[in-house]
Amino acid sequence: MGDAVENVAQLSAAVKRYGSTLALAGVDLGVRRGEILALLGPNGAGKTTAISLLLGLLRADSGEACLFGMDPALRVARQRTGVMLQNTSLPDTLRVGELIDLFRSYYARPRTVADIIALSGVGDLLDRRYAQLSGGQQRRTQFALAICGCAELLFLDEPTTGLDIEARETMWRAIRRLVDEGCAVVLTTHYLEEAEALADRVVMIAKGRIVAAGSVSDMRARVASRRVRCVSTLAPDAIAGWPDVRSVARDGERMDIVTDKAEAVVLRLLQEDAALKELEVVRAGLADAFVEITREAA
Amino acid sequence: MMKTTAMSVSMRNDALGDAVRAYALEAKYEFLRVLRTPAFAIPSLLFPPLFYLLFGVLLNHGNSAAAHYLFATYSVFGVMAPGLFGFGVAVATERERGLLALKRVAPMPPGAYLAAKMVMAMAFAAIIYFMLAIMAASLCDVRLALAQWLGLGLIAISGVLPFCALGLVIGSRANAAASPAIVNFIYLPMAFLSGLWMPLSMLPKFIGDIAVLWPPYHLAQLALAAMGREHAGSATMHVAFLVAFTAICFALAKRWLARAT
Repeated sequence: MGDAVENVAQLSAAVKRYGSTLALAGVDLGVRRGEILALLGPNGAGKTTAISLLLGLLRADSGEACLFGMDPALRVARQRTGVMLQNTSLPDTLRVGELIDLFRSYYARPRTVADIIALSGVGDLLDRRYAQLSGGQQRRTQFALAICGCAELLFLDEPTTGLDIEARETMWRAIRRLVDEGCAVVLTTHYLEEAEALADRVVMIAKGRIVAAGSVSDMRARVASRRVRCVSTLAPDAIAGWPDVRSVARDGERMDIVTDKAEAVVLRLLQEDAALKELEVVRAGLADAFVEITREAA
Repeated sequence: MMKTTAMSVSMRNDALGDAVRAYALEAKYEFLRVLRTPAFAIPSLLFPPLFYLLFGVLLNHGNSAAAHYLFATYSVFGVMAPGLFGFGVAVATERERGLLALKRVAPMPPGAYLAAKMVMAMAFAAIIYFMLAIMAASLCDVRLALAQWLGLGLIAISGVLPFCALGLVIGSRANAAASPAIVNFIYLPMAFLSGLWMPLSMLPKFIGDIAVLWPPYHLAQLALAAMGREHAGSATMHVAFLVAFTAICFALAKRWLARAT
């Protein structure tokens, strides 16, 4: 019961098939009030299917999807959400300002136009027709439409694809501000640094199942290995034979060693190559964790 | 108690006002969208009058009965297009481009999308009927009482709806690139088989026998009846057929669209 109140969206044992393909194989997923949840996974893993169930675009074959404790197909439930889908094209001939006007009319309590502009950065695009916008500007416009209501839950499916760095950071700032207002965000992304920068919690999906869930640092901790980088004259093949070394890659004179025991490897490197330079040891990023976890799951 | 009632009434009025506003804006922007796509708007408005001019006016010399018949049937032919194309092609395109899914979750009031397109199709039908009526009166000596002009106009404009529904069925399934061809493949043969281009009595008998299957046939008989011309069947039966046809198409499209996203 406590869960149901806390969670703004909930999938319970959700199963979805397309023909003979199992897109979701019994997924339990709760989105808590005010958190940023990143859904990660390779293409075809089931991320978009999970979002479509929570939005009522699809119905689960078995299991249940809930939005604010209600059936997601109910308009009252969706009134409290904002959505940015992948692969949406809006009418080419309408202007950005007109689209905002139209989408605001869908909500009982729309956000003010000034606020929408401030958050999404479309102020200089209002009089432009949608077809005249660059890919990044179109994405910003779609974000503006997602925040036309005062949403308590935002679904952002690959929101920053095609954005330049500046536009991406503008959107990240907007997302953080919305979360400060108490809005929860479900984010799917290909950019692991985006999940690292934004997410409170990460859920990894592969082949229709959740293979890992936790905070970004939990995810990283699941991967024992670290990377040792340096400039050295040692032969990579020799290093590859050392105990606890998982892999060695060489790029020009730079060496990239993945190991479970970084301290021992560093010690031996320094012993064998007195001229060794530019030594650094880094913890595995989400990218490494992701590769590792999905490999385990496969 | 009084207070809560008053409050819930005012809330209901607000909600009603919001819905009306959303419907009105949806229609406004649908209109602007079409207006700004002259490559769609101009051909679909000019095609029926042009067709009428070539085959109904120029090829028909001085036969008053034929002129009246063709005015009625070309009015039906003219108003089929905005329904079939407006829904068949536009819905297929917007479905494929993800706009329909976005609007459904956005949350657009249910019905606003279709209502906006229906209003557009009826407006197009009204313009097309108006152009045909002017041509009929000036070039073909078609003479009708005011009530008959208006009655025929009413049939033409409301007669768009079965074709909106049929277009919606196409739009809920067809891919966008193929949809204009599919619409034409239904539109033109159906017009011919319903006796819109020439009376069924001039066509092989089996075509006349199966004409009752096609919605344009029923609409044409209603149009002829409204002009006080010779027609087949009873008006009630024609209306019943068209209403049932529209309802079945909408129900089918609704099921398909629910699965489409």
